[in-house]
Amino acid sequence: MKGWWWKVLAVVLLLIASIAALRVPLAPGILNVSKLSLSPGPAELVITGYSTRFDDATQVLIANGGQYLCASRTKAIDATHLNAYFEVPAGMRDDSSYVIADGMAFDTPLYTDSLGSGMADNGCAAPAPRTKAFLFPNLNRLDESIRNLFFHVPMWFAMIALMGISVYHSIRTLASNSLEQDRKAASAVHVGLVFCALGLVTGALWARSTWGDFWTSDVKLNGAAVTALIYLAYLVLRGSIADPYKRARLAGIYNIFAFVLLVLFLFVVPRLNAVDSLHPGNGGNSGFNDLDLDNRLRVVFYPAVLGWILLGAWMCELRDRAARAAEHLDR
Amino acid sequence: MNPREVAHLFQLEVALDLRQRAAWGGMLLYVVSAVYVAYLAVRGTLGTATWNALFWIILLFAAFNALARSFQREDGGRQLYLYTLAHPRNVVLARALYNAATMVVLSLLSLLCYVLFMGSGAMAKADLAQFVLAVVLGGIGFAAVLTLIAAIAARAGNGIGLMAILGFPIVLPMLLLVMRTSKLALDGVAFSVNATYFGGIVLLDVITVTLAWLLFPYLWRD
Repeated sequence: MKGWWWKVLAVVLLLIASIAALRVPLAPGILNVSKLSLSPGPAELVITGYSTRFDDATQVLIANGGQYLCASRTKAIDATHLNAYFEVPAGMRDDSSYVIADGMAFDTPLYTDSLGSGMADNGCAAPAPRTKAFLFPNLNRLDESIRNLFFHVPMWFAMIALMGISVYHSIRTLASNSLEQDRKAASAVHVGLVFCALGLVTGALWARSTWGDFWTSDVKLNGAAVTALIYLAYLVLRGSIADPYKRARLAGIYNIFAFVLLVLFLFVVPRLNAVDSLHPGNGGNSGFNDLDLDNRLRVVFYPAVLGWILLGAWMCELRDRAARAAEHLDR
Repeated sequence: MNPREVAHLFQLEVALDLRQRAAWGGMLLYVVSAVYVAYLAVRGTLGTATWNALFWIILLFAAFNALARSFQREDGGRQLYLYTLAHPRNVVLARALYNAATMVVLSLLSLLCYVLFMGSGAMAKADLAQFVLAVVLGGIGFAAVLTLIAAIAARAGNGIGLMAILGFPIVLPMLLLVMRTSKLALDGVAFSVNATYFGGIVLLDVITVTLAWLLFPYLWRD
């Protein structure tokens, strides 16, 4: 086990995290309610759910200003569609009514008119809270794409870790003038760029499904683009110098210089310009902390991050061994 | 660091550059040509945001053009001679200071030239002192970031092409910051609003010059 336990750990973590990321179902939720507003009189609502199990006995009610109105009759069309019939009284307290089916609330309220001091007592009580199973949160617009959290975000963690490894080797290159350290720095950048590309692709797909476009002008996205450009420039610099010792020194200097400025650009400038960003965690947008109230995402996310970082380190080691072998063959 | 040696090296830079007046002429002609091309291409008034963006793009390219020369002047022998006389950290500090001074002059002249051709309509509401401060700090910022890059590109023996590839991604944070600052100055916001950005630019300058100062000794030796 000595020396390769962390590779086993990487495989185990990635298997667990990836299987969980793809197999754990989303919590059921309500996708749509057929009406936008409520007026006194009979009302028929068609409720569309996501991975729900509606039947004729499903409890549907409307919450308004702390009071509840139960459906007079419900009829399931199928497991995800439900007809609910209400007798809406006049004089509700609040102009926003929330539809709750089977304990799940629809997040867009129905506009309500003919307000008054509240409904007469109707014997309709607050819904029982749902029993909790291990399910991922179901959020409008994110929907099933929430699973990308376990792939897109760890890519960037792994890339930053690899670039950090690369800078460590670059500092040692400058201190020792050793070509071996320089080769390790270059290997880490090569593998880091693979993760950068994967991060860009997974991010672009996620952006397409939630924001409607593959690329937007955004501090976070600019940061990603600049990162890719810096490390491609690093490879160009390496390619343009023939003398290996000179190449080691110049590439090391550029790597250290670029990494410090990159860290400033990724983590300091977005906070200065925090006013306009679509990306979670920037510009006052909610990040992970608000998405994940019951820590179910974290249980999968942290193993995924650690697993991808370890896999990156493993790939880096292999790449370095291949480069060393190629050097020996050239001699 | 030896302030007297830095001052001497700075004077040396000035003396060398005054001998090469054609180089200054070239830099200025570059700016005038770029502004004139922009003038011909635009033909009409620009909105504040576009006016500001176009100015910074012209200044960015002028900076690349001006700073690329800064380490190419010396051939191998003279460089070796210089580095046996002075500590390389003093050399890079003097060079960064001189580049900053060059960029202050160049950015003010560019601004003058730009206003002359493109009109000052965009500056109607501007807080002029703040805008000029942003331009000056931006020029210094470009000099700070590009000094080490110019040295790397010159040592790699691959001139301005490599400098552009290495420099653009690195100068981008600085560019975005100064564009934001000068746009706010053009909109005439209070200094207190803009102070964070000015602070950010100065901080970035200090960090990049410190890095150049730390890393340069590894660069010059062969």
